[in-house]
Amino acid sequence: MLTTQGLTKRFGGLVAVRDASISANAGDITALIGPNGAGKTTLFATVAGFLKPDAGSVTFGGRDITGMKPHQICDLGMVRTFQIVKPFGKLSVLDNIAVGAYARFPRRQDALAHAAAIGRQVGLGGQLEKIAAGLTVAGRKRLEVARALATSPRLLLLDEVMAGLTPTEIDEIVPIIFGIRDTGVTILLIEHVMQAVMRLSDRAYVLNEGHLIAEGTPQEVVREPAVIEAYLGPGAATRAQSFASRNAS
Amino acid sequence: MVRITTLALLLAAVPLFVQSNHLLGLFIGVLFSAYLAQSWNILGGLCGQFSFGHAAFFGVGLYSSLILQVDFGWPAPLALVSAAVAGAVAGLFVGFVSFRYGLRGSYFALVTLAFAEILRMTASVVSFTGAGSGKYLPTRLGIEHLQFSKSGYFYFILVLFVLVHLLVLAIQNSRLGARFAAIREDEEAASALGVDVFRYKMIAILISSAVAGVGGCFYGQYYFYTDPHIAFGAAVSIEMLLAPIIGGAGTLFGPIVGAVVLRVAAELGQSLTGGVPGFNLILYGIMVILIVRYMPDGLIGGLRRPWALMRRRPTAATG
Ligand SMILES: Nc1ncnc2c1ncn2[C@@H]1O[C@H](COP(=O)(O)OP(=O)(O)OP(=O)(O)O)[C@@H](O)[C@H]1O
Ligand SMILES: [Mg+2]
Repeated sequence: MLTTQGLTKRFGGLVAVRDASISANAGDITALIGPNGAGKTTLFATVAGFLKPDAGSVTFGGRDITGMKPHQICDLGMVRTFQIVKPFGKLSVLDNIAVGAYARFPRRQDALAHAAAIGRQVGLGGQLEKIAAGLTVAGRKRLEVARALATSPRLLLLDEVMAGLTPTEIDEIVPIIFGIRDTGVTILLIEHVMQAVMRLSDRAYVLNEGHLIAEGTPQEVVREPAVIEAYLGPGAATRAQSFASRNAS
Repeated sequence: MVRITTLALLLAAVPLFVQSNHLLGLFIGVLFSAYLAQSWNILGGLCGQFSFGHAAFFGVGLYSSLILQVDFGWPAPLALVSAAVAGAVAGLFVGFVSFRYGLRGSYFALVTLAFAEILRMTASVVSFTGAGSGKYLPTRLGIEHLQFSKSGYFYFILVLFVLVHLLVLAIQNSRLGARFAAIREDEEAASALGVDVFRYKMIAILISSAVAGVGGCFYGQYYFYTDPHIAFGAAVSIEMLLAPIIGGAGTLFGPIVGAVVLRVAAELGQSLTGGVPGFNLILYGIMVILIVRYMPDGLIGGLRRPWALMRRRPTAATG
C-alpha cells in the first residue's frame, strides 16, 4: 500500500530522517517507534506531503506521490493526524469531523450524516454539538482520529494518538483502532506506549536518530540489542543480558 | 433564512413610515455599511484572512462604474456588473501575490493596505480617473440609469443587502463555508483533510472583492462623485473591518450589529461634540479596545455566551 525508498529529510545540518525505506502492507497495522526526536513525525510529514524530501521517493497504491501536496494525497486516500492536535477550536465537534467528510461527500446533508456516524464510531457520539476547544485531551485525540477517518482513507497515519491518555483511556481507544482496521483501512501508527504497540501492530519499525535500526514483529524488535540500546543507552543490551543470565543461574 | 426574510420584510416597510429624507438617509447609510461589512466578512470572518485595504476593491468598483458610464457611455446596469468584475480582478491579483507566497496574518493585511494606497496614489495622478479633482456622474433619474428618489435608493441598497446576506448564509451552509472555516481555524489541518488552501483562499477573496466592487458602484450612483481619497482611503477600509469585528466576525448578523453600532456611535459623537474632526476615530478606537478585550468574538459572540450557558445548564444537570 505504502512504500518509501531511501527517504531523507534534513533541517539545515540536522538529518531528521536518513535513507528510510519502510512499507505498510494493505490491511495491516504497522507501527513506527523510536525515542524522542528520532524523526518519526518528520517521516510522517514527508510521506503525507507536508515536507519535501531531500532524497528518496514515496509510493502509495502503486503510484509515485513524492512531492504532491497534502490535499492531493488526501484525495488519493492517505491522511495523517497531528501529534500536537489541531482542532478547529471554534467549530463544533460535528463540524470539525464534517470538514473531513466533505472530502468525499460534497453535499451538506451527506457530509453531516457521515460525520455523525464517524463521531459515534470513535466514541464522540455524545459530544457532537460541543465546541471542539472544550474537549478533554482524550476527546481531542479522538477528534483528530475522527476527522481523518471521515475522509474515508485507505491509509491512516496516526501520530501518537495515545500520548497523554490514562491507562483506562488507552484501553478504550485500542478497540477503536482495531475497529477501523477491520473496516479495511490500513494503519501506520507512531506510538510510545509500548504495551499498545505490542497489542495492536502486525509489524514494527524502529527509528533512532533518523536511522531505521530494526524491523519485524513487535515481539522481535523489542528484543533487538540495537533497540534496547537506543532506548536505554549504550551498553544497555549487554547489561540486560548479563542481568538476565545472572538471574537464570 | 427565516430571520433574514423577516428582517428584509420589516426593512421594506420602513419607507412607508419614514417620510423624513434625513432619517431615510441614515437607514441607507447603515444598510450600506452593513453591506460593505459583509463583503469584508466573507474573506476576513468566514475565511480568516484579515484585509486592511478592502477599500481597494470598493474603489476599483466605484471608479470602473463611473468611468464606464461617463466616458464609455455604458448603461448603468452593465456598469454594475463590471464593478463586480473589476473588484474581483483586483481581488484575485492581491490574492495571487499574497496567497501564492503563503503570506498570512499581518503580512496579508499589509499587502492589502499597500495595494489600496498604491491605487489611491495612482488615481490621484492619472488622467482617466479625473486625478485629484475626481469623477462626477451626471444626474439622469430613472431605473435604467440606476438613479432613484431617496426611497428608491433605500430599496436599491436593501436588495443588495439582502442578496449579500443570503449569499453568506448559503456559503455558511455549504462545503465552501466549512472549508473557509477550516482554513481560518488551522490551515495545516485543513490541508491534511483535503482542502486546497490556496484555491479556497482565492475563491474567498474573489467573492469578497466582487461584492465590494458592487458596493462601490452603489456609492457612485448614490453620491454621483468620487475622488481618490473617498474610493481608496483608509476610512472605508477601516469601517469595513471594524463593523464585523465589533459585531462578530464570521457570523451572519455580526456585521449588521457592528454597522448599526458604528453608525449610532458616529451620529452621537457628531451631535455631542458638534463635529470635532477625528473624534469618531477616537470613539472607534475605544470601542475596538473594549470589544477585543472583553468580547473577543464580538457583540454577537459576547451576548451569545451567557445565553448558551443558561440554556445548557439543564442538560448538564440531567446528563
Ligand atoms: N520544522 C523543523 N525544523 C527544524 N528541526 C526540526 C523540525 N521538525 C523537527 N525537527 C527536528 O528533527 C528531529 C526529529 O523530530 P521529530 O519531531 O520527527 O521526532 P519524533 O520522532 O516525532 O519525536 P517525538 O517522539 O518527540 O515526537 C528533532 O531533532 C527535531 O528537533
Ligand atoms: Mg513526533
